[in-house]
Amino acid sequence: MKEAKFEYLLRLGDSSLIIGHRLSEWCGHGPILEEDIALINIALDFVGNATSLLSYAGDVEGKGRNEDDLAFMRGEREFRNLLITEQPNGDYANTIARQFLFDTYMYFLYEELKSSKDETIAAIAVKSHKEITYHLRHTSEWMLRLGDGTAESHERLQNGLNDLWMFTSEMFDMDEVDAILIKEGIAPDLTKVKASWEKRVHEVLAEATLQIPTTTFKQKGSKEGKHSEHLGFLLAEMQYVHRAYPGAKW
Amino acid sequence: MSRTHSQEQIFKLLSEIPDPEIPVINIIELGILREVKFVDEVCIVVITPTYTGCPAMKVIEDDIRIKLKEIGIEQVKVELVLSPAWTTDWISDVAKEKLRAYGIAPPDHSSVDKKVLLGKARDLKCPLCGSIHTEMISQFGSTACKALFRCLDCKEPFDYFKCL
Repeated sequence: MKEAKFEYLLRLGDSSLIIGHRLSEWCGHGPILEEDIALINIALDFVGNATSLLSYAGDVEGKGRNEDDLAFMRGEREFRNLLITEQPNGDYANTIARQFLFDTYMYFLYEELKSSKDETIAAIAVKSHKEITYHLRHTSEWMLRLGDGTAESHERLQNGLNDLWMFTSEMFDMDEVDAILIKEGIAPDLTKVKASWEKRVHEVLAEATLQIPTTTFKQKGSKEGKHSEHLGFLLAEMQYVHRAYPGAKW
Repeated sequence: MSRTHSQEQIFKLLSEIPDPEIPVINIIELGILREVKFVDEVCIVVITPTYTGCPAMKVIEDDIRIKLKEIGIEQVKVELVLSPAWTTDWISDVAKEKLRAYGIAPPDHSSVDKKVLLGKARDLKCPLCGSIHTEMISQFGSTACKALFRCLDCKEPFDYFKCL
């Protein structure tokens, strides 16, 4: 039970940490100033959420590791973030596609986690769900603007969706970790989350004149720490200072 | 409580700590300071973040330690709690008026206010000229807790403390 909870917290926390780091790469590169600021604000929310989850993961594990140890001192194969979260930013449409697919997932997942029987997870979910609501609103608006915009913006966004679609199915995969926590009322059954996700994604895509990708290939692996080639490079940048100067304070 | 200081005294002292990003209001008016208590000789101060990633929390924690040290309380533990989740509804009316005078449009009650940021029109008053002829530029602003608006009459852009 303790091991399952630790594992589950890593999955939640790592996904937020990695997508937050990805978004922070837009700092100073946003297409317009307001978007630059928006993406970085959202990145901050994700990293804040990851801090809470990884800090709690360290407590649950009980080996004296804190959130910084977990974020900066683990290797690629020990990370449990969903594959979609580590995918490179690409162009702006690509980032919006990734964020929209993930924000929709997080919105419905955290709605369920708000009633988790684990008080700490429930508290984090209540807090974060308020922020995710803003994120989802932001990305949904951009889906419409780009999808139903010019031929160029439409094509770029459609390409982004097509490329990322194969990473969406693992968001709803459940294994023995989920089974143990579902039984305890700590984690939700993802069947319901999946139904809500599909409904919302299909609605927004239809309104944005976009096609639901036809890709049937499903890429998975994050639950076993098997990642795409991109995560190692991301970690190299994110962890460099912490590892070069262990214990440094300022 | 400690032998030398009452809870009221400590609250009064900590009310001198401004929010690092909005210095016209203090951490009590903003609803960040939740509780002060003594367990043995240790002063425990409970705070809650506005946004989960709010970078001001560390500064606030340091400010609390410095303030308490001024009156000789050295054993301090600052605890961060997430529940109940912070809401803009905790900002007092007096503090809202201070925000407005500072040039930040204060948050309305959360139930009314979500509509503004979720795209549904509501009249948001320009904190500078009072006109309700305003529009949103971006729902994300200079800090996590603010959105960016502009006034169509006096033409000034302004921050809006968004409701949470």
